[in-house]
Amino acid sequence: MKLQEFAAKQLLVQAGLPVPGWSVATTPQQARTQAEEYFAAGAGRVVIKAQVLVGGRGKAGGVKLAATAAEAEAVASAILGMDIKGITVRRVLVGAAADIVKEFYLAAVLDRAAQRIRIMASAEGGVEIETVAETNPDAIVSVLAHPHLGLLDHQARQIAFAMGLGDRWKEAAGIAKGVFQALIDNDADLVEINPLAIVRTIGPDGSVTEALQALDAKITLDDSALFRHPQLEQLRDLDEEDPVDVEARGLGLSFIRLDGTIGCMVNGAGLAMATMDLVKRAGGEPANFLDIGGGARSDKVAAAMRLILSEPSVRAILVNIFGGIARGDEVARGLIEARAQQTRDVPMVVRIVGTNADLAAAILRDSGTGIEAASSLDAAVERAVALAGVSA
Amino acid sequence: MSILVDQHTRLLVQGITGREGLFHATQMQAYGTNIVAGTTPGKGGQTVLERVPVFDTVAQAVRATGADTSVIYVPAPGAPDAILEAVDAGIATIFCITEHIPVLDMLKVVAEVQARGARLIGPNCPGATSPGKAKVGIIPGSIHKQGHVGLVSRSGTLTYEVVQALTDAGIGQSTCVGIGGDPIAGTSFTDVLKLFKADPDTHAVVLMGEIGGGAEEAAAAYRAEHMPNVPMVAFIAGRTAPPGRRMGHAGAIISGSGGTAEGKIAALEAAGIRVADAPSQIPGLLRLAGLRPD
Repeated sequence: MKLQEFAAKQLLVQAGLPVPGWSVATTPQQARTQAEEYFAAGAGRVVIKAQVLVGGRGKAGGVKLAATAAEAEAVASAILGMDIKGITVRRVLVGAAADIVKEFYLAAVLDRAAQRIRIMASAEGGVEIETVAETNPDAIVSVLAHPHLGLLDHQARQIAFAMGLGDRWKEAAGIAKGVFQALIDNDADLVEINPLAIVRTIGPDGSVTEALQALDAKITLDDSALFRHPQLEQLRDLDEEDPVDVEARGLGLSFIRLDGTIGCMVNGAGLAMATMDLVKRAGGEPANFLDIGGGARSDKVAAAMRLILSEPSVRAILVNIFGGIARGDEVARGLIEARAQQTRDVPMVVRIVGTNADLAAAILRDSGTGIEAASSLDAAVERAVALAGVSA
Repeated sequence: MSILVDQHTRLLVQGITGREGLFHATQMQAYGTNIVAGTTPGKGGQTVLERVPVFDTVAQAVRATGADTSVIYVPAPGAPDAILEAVDAGIATIFCITEHIPVLDMLKVVAEVQARGARLIGPNCPGATSPGKAKVGIIPGSIHKQGHVGLVSRSGTLTYEVVQALTDAGIGQSTCVGIGGDPIAGTSFTDVLKLFKADPDTHAVVLMGEIGGGAEEAAAAYRAEHMPNVPMVAFIAGRTAPPGRRMGHAGAIISGSGGTAEGKIAALEAAGIRVADAPSQIPGLLRLAGLRPD
């Protein structure tokens, strides 16, 4: 589960990390009121940032500065409702624009190959770390935290000095430890601060102070661990999720909507991916990824069918079930039940193998529903592609 | 021979009185697997499946029965502890079927399992079957045929699909292993390839990968260096998966430029492994790669 910037910043603050103040606005008027407060507190300019989970919002015009409250309102008005890579902006973050002296990159991320949490840092902040990795890999320093001991003090110091922050190493090492702790405390698999910046502030008495601050944050949480962080579930942005995905999650199904015309219902994630690949190879386009899971009870099958048919572009349905734990006859009954409730006439090709496959074939044949049975996966895919009206 | 499980395996089922545990214990026993014990805290003293004693703790079960392998059907919140309980009791080979275990738990568990010299397969895996000898996990027994092809996979039902295709083509298997679809797992493709390399009964290998991570690339590098003459065929699921979306398995996600099907296929082919476009091509490709008939 990806968090919006403002939600990620909340978790950074809870981990004791320095984050400049912010507010969230859903209307231009709200943004104006908030901007007025930042100006009253001495801000020279405010920044308005679109809150969306897709990358590249800056390039898309979703991040803008404003020098007056009126300008803040106008900018917020332009950004709210803007479409960024298919996502409508519903919220903006408002904050005082930072006077940046220098930008850095700092992140804690799950490293699958090393089977450790890796802390990565770079003195080249503000750009995508993947770009730095390609153009100047020596500019990235990283250490692996021990699974039981965590990020050790000397590792955090190593990060601080390697970032070129020797003159403020205690501060930087503390932030490195805080980023690691934020990952651990929230069961995240990514906590990224980009940029982490030395920010200059001028006090009311004219005194100048410089300190490290987290100006942007990205956090991805481990879905499997949400059961022990019920409060984090509230940070999920349902506005930005496909309603069908949300419904699927509630039913215990794994569903991802795609652009094609052939609805796919499969048990098992690997087999579901392979089935999509075969549809594409046969000249068709899958309309979705759908894993109905292990048991494949008839009510789940019926619910899955409703999800597939909720997409008007679906012109054929391909069902591929390998009955191991799932019993073929139960799946067949679920399909017939779903067929009875179906409001739209979409042809269906079914391939069921394994446990009680013969019984499933007989049930489908005798049902009078016109559901076609296929003998092999390749044959089922070809037939579904043909039925969808795409030339194979 | 075979790898990981065979007729000498003395199996303990952790969570044997639960719905899943009992169902699969029944299936495993019917296949001929020697289930010597089960555990469920608080149910010690019972007997299930006519002759299998249930114990409160793994340590008691090991002392009483000499169990050397365990399979875990404990729900996710208790599964990491179940793995470590098996390690503490001296179990050498542990299969964890449970899915949705938090990844930070697995980091700690895998580090501990490795430090103690045990082997963990999974989590979120279907287990392993050595046809005609033993099956541990949830892979349906009926699809197998005994023979000389080793199969290793990150998936469940996709594995069954390929095993069935092999069996239908008259190609038997030495051992079929599912290593699981999670980002952090106890056993990698490369670990299993090492076992197959040392097994005189495995003459060829099928590797079933999927998008996400770099385990397929690592396996390709291992094959190129250590087992270049073993006929090997691979399949990668997720060629059409969009980047940034998790395809069911927690580990199946293309992030940034890493983990794509194209990258994996290129690495496998560069290592001399034939990559199938469809599961149905695998038997034919195995023969092309030099697998002799049984």
